[in-house]
Amino acid sequence: MNESLGHIFVDSFLINNFVLCVFLGMCSFLGLSAKFSTAWRMGVSVMFVITVSGILSYGMNIVLVMLHVEYLRLIVYIVIIAATVQLTEMFIKKNSPALFRELGVYLPLITTNCAVLAVPLFQTARNYNFVQSTVFALSASGGYCMAMCLLALVRERTELSDISSLARGTALTLVLASVLSMAFMGFAGMGGGG
Amino acid sequence: MSTTTTPPNPFLNGLWRQNPTFVQILGMCPTLAITNSVRNAIAMGLATAFVLVISNGLIAAIRKHVPKQVRIATYIAIIATAVTVTDYLVKAISIPVYKALGPFIPLIVANCLVLERAEAFAAKKPVIPSMMDGAGMGLGFAFGLTCLGTVREVLGAGTFLSIPLFGPNFEPWVLFLLPPGGFISLAIWLLVFATFRERKQRQLQAGLTEIQPAEVRS
Repeated sequence: MNESLGHIFVDSFLINNFVLCVFLGMCSFLGLSAKFSTAWRMGVSVMFVITVSGILSYGMNIVLVMLHVEYLRLIVYIVIIAATVQLTEMFIKKNSPALFRELGVYLPLITTNCAVLAVPLFQTARNYNFVQSTVFALSASGGYCMAMCLLALVRERTELSDISSLARGTALTLVLASVLSMAFMGFAGMGGGG
Repeated sequence: MSTTTTPPNPFLNGLWRQNPTFVQILGMCPTLAITNSVRNAIAMGLATAFVLVISNGLIAAIRKHVPKQVRIATYIAIIATAVTVTDYLVKAISIPVYKALGPFIPLIVANCLVLERAEAFAAKKPVIPSMMDGAGMGLGFAFGLTCLGTVREVLGAGTFLSIPLFGPNFEPWVLFLLPPGGFISLAIWLLVFATFRERKQRQLQAGLTEIQPAEVRS
């Protein structure tokens, strides 16, 4: 496939936004979007993990294809992701203990974030080359970060409103996410050129 | 856990009391992504149940030999193996279903439900109860997916399992097949269940309740 880099960027950042249109990374999207500061930090660390693990998986995939053991792909990818998360944790712990304390609980959870696993799977399925994979990883994770921030900002506004106790919590978050997702449907028309 | 003296049956616990979709709110990605038809929802639910039974059984079998520090990595490797098996199994059984579920079968690895059950149940209990728990949770998950798939397919396409329900004049509400419909129909289901729970809670009077509030975990 020979998609232009601009198309990959617009497609994965807006048209097929990982969170709002493909439903990836739902758990953290619903669970960690109550406060903007948390959402923003989580978004950035996921961006970092996705980009690094995307690049590493690209390299590993070449090795796997060379050895004809493609059935090991899933296991290798998840190990790469777990290792990247561990590295990120160590890196942050050493360089910025304050940030580490704030992110503490959320960092290991990135391993089971499906958005992180989806990037290597999609880039393999679509036969992206190295530059395309990197752009894809960056823009898809950027889209994730943006969606997190958007929902967190909306949720902070609803904190003060008078909402029935029945709807408080996940149900309200889902309704808000649905409205955001409807707004993102408007971008679907942009992908016509291919 | 409940305040009753007898421990809850692990199978029924997963199916209803701790239903992964409506009570624990776990494994949201497949719940929202592939419930646009009942057939896909059932297939996805069964695939996840299969993975849960295998991974819970294996993890329970080796639980005494795994050092605490590397347990998560071990669990993930076992789950990834079970998912790889499922991936090839679904491909062998039905190519159309495999194409419809697409990347979401490999993504069962990252389904928080599977890892949560490994950590919360299989790591502490013997093999048979763990497999029962896996089956209960898996079927509870399949039930949740089917509920959601029913709403979305009936409203969005006017069909149930591809059988037309309404006359030829039915105008499908396509929004329900698109991403926003997924969010909104799950919200509706949660509201329905919350209403039931609140009514039951009022009957039980304050203080004696044994229903846990829905808790969002990542």
